[in-house]
Amino acid sequence: MFYREVGQFKTSYAADQQVFPIRQDRIGVAVILLVALVVVPWAGNDFFLSAIAIPFLVLALATIGLNVLTGYAGQLSLGTGGFMGVGAYACYKLVTLFPDAPIVLHVLLSGFAAAALGIVFGLPSLRIKGLYLAVTTLAAQFFFEWCFIRVPWLYNYNASGAIEVPGRSMFGVTLTGPSASSTARYYVVLLVVIVLTVLVKNLIRGRIGRQWMMIRDMDIAAELMGVRPLHAKLSAFAVSSYLCGVAGAMFVFFYLGAAEPSAFSVTLSFQVLFMAILGGLGSLVGSFFGAAFIWILPILLRWGMPLVGMPLPSETVTQLTSMIVGALIIVFLILEPHGLARLWQIGKEKLRVWPFPYA
Amino acid sequence: MDFLHDILLRPFMDMAAQPDFFIQVIWEGFVAGILYALIALGFVLIYKASGVFNFAQGIMVVFAGLTLVGLHEKGVPAWLALILTIGVMALLAVCIERFVMRKLVAQPDIILLMSTIGMTYFLVGLGEFVFGGEPKQMITSELGLPTGSTAVEFGERGLIIFQHIDIAAAVIAIVMVAALAVFFNRTRIGRALRAVADDHQAALSVGISLNQIWAIVWFAAGIVALTTGIMWGARSDVSFALEIVALKALPVLILGGFTSIPGAIVGGLIIGIGEKIGEIYWGPLVGGGIESWLAYMIALIFLLFRPQGLFGERIIERI
Repeated sequence: MFYREVGQFKTSYAADQQVFPIRQDRIGVAVILLVALVVVPWAGNDFFLSAIAIPFLVLALATIGLNVLTGYAGQLSLGTGGFMGVGAYACYKLVTLFPDAPIVLHVLLSGFAAAALGIVFGLPSLRIKGLYLAVTTLAAQFFFEWCFIRVPWLYNYNASGAIEVPGRSMFGVTLTGPSASSTARYYVVLLVVIVLTVLVKNLIRGRIGRQWMMIRDMDIAAELMGVRPLHAKLSAFAVSSYLCGVAGAMFVFFYLGAAEPSAFSVTLSFQVLFMAILGGLGSLVGSFFGAAFIWILPILLRWGMPLVGMPLPSETVTQLTSMIVGALIIVFLILEPHGLARLWQIGKEKLRVWPFPYA
Repeated sequence: MDFLHDILLRPFMDMAAQPDFFIQVIWEGFVAGILYALIALGFVLIYKASGVFNFAQGIMVVFAGLTLVGLHEKGVPAWLALILTIGVMALLAVCIERFVMRKLVAQPDIILLMSTIGMTYFLVGLGEFVFGGEPKQMITSELGLPTGSTAVEFGERGLIIFQHIDIAAAVIAIVMVAALAVFFNRTRIGRALRAVADDHQAALSVGISLNQIWAIVWFAAGIVALTTGIMWGARSDVSFALEIVALKALPVLILGGFTSIPGAIVGGLIIGIGEKIGEIYWGPLVGGGIESWLAYMIALIFLLFRPQGLFGERIIERI
């Protein structure tokens, strides 16, 4: 009734090809942006911003990065955590080498280090496919983890072997370090995520994105039709690793505050992969859904279980959370293998023809 | 030049200078390789029969070991604990088939892969919940496994030490592979398993129950996991750290090919010996600890030349 494109005529190609062709969608996006920009920082307390909103946005960005590679270009990767780590360590090196440059610039530049390594580890994808490729990305994951431990140059020869985020400010506002306010950090993360999401959306709509999807659907056919697999696959690896690198840098600089190599273990890779799959492969909005589901569900469970009258020791809660998350993942895969994005789409279709069952 | 010398010559000179130590290293690698091969065997069994890339094999190893030790800690005699653990693995196999695999028939590979990772989370939680998260000592002597070691003289002053448990592990692994080979080739169920591995639909059409076969295969993988858990637990102890070690089975699979049982064995030995030698002789050059990724790199280089693995079936692509 309310969600219907009847009467919205397009009179130009530009209007026809825009990202949100339906007026109600544009209003919805504007409302979401308004909530994210104004309501959340205003209404959310410090805990909500730093423990839920910021990591959610950062992980959503990493999920988008993985989605570019796995969802759009069809190259399965289990090395997301490693590439996030590369971004984080690159950012740390940049910050200590050029302490005067603005921190946001460091974060955005550090993604390029991850992108370069992504291209290197993407090279095998020209010959190896599917699950075999997943194992080669695991090689990247474990190699990076090893580097973070064994190459002291990366953490500036710290005795602790961990990277600690120094306090940095931009335009007089402290953005990183222990004294930064959660609101400031939230805004930086939010803006970076919005800008990069818009860029990725347009990349996917364009020539490169279509090439990725052709490679995903059938690489030999795509090659016969003139898509160069070298360009398409390596560009997917580069873009994906760039996004993961930026996400990793933000993960440390705006969320964790200090990181040990174990922060970027293979567990993180799996977590991001779950976000991408439960959200829906090949969907940007799904990346946000997936990140929200996987990140917020354990937090809710940890809170919720004592509330329903189960005063349990904290480790029992962790164990039960692990079991419930595992079971829910399986249930979800059984009920909707195409992820939350598909549910969202079905919901929108139903809204369009409401109150009739079909149109 | 010094660096080149260190890489290309020094390790070989070290090997020649101390042949007994070199053989010791190879033996250690051989035993580690057998354990990798056992984990990989569990993967291959399930991949062949259902096309599922079973990520949960590692945690099944831990879970089986934990159940065995945990039951014994609760006062159950060792032989009964072993039987009960086998029962638990059978129950687990039936549950996995009934509640997960049957519902996910004909889904894409990646969904099946993710479902096994979901299982991993579940089993980690369950194992810690029931038996606690701290590492446990394997009940080696109670199970009648040998302990202690034998030193064999080698050359004039060399000495090679064989742990008895390692020898037992090698023997048990060989027996198990032989048993599996007989099971696959000589029994009715084994033939049905191979039929399912060849072609699901054709197997269905001649009256083989897919569900039953899958439960059996998961049970067989569970038995393999239990054996691996006992062996590995006897060498170190039973802890959740094993789960990460189990990921080493992936390069093994890559080397051997996902569908080949001999491949899993040979791949396991190559990876086990290769990474031990690499770690001991080349590791110090870059600061050590390269065991964590060397296996993957070896596999990666192999893959560049043979994308289907050493023994894998040839990949034929059509438009």
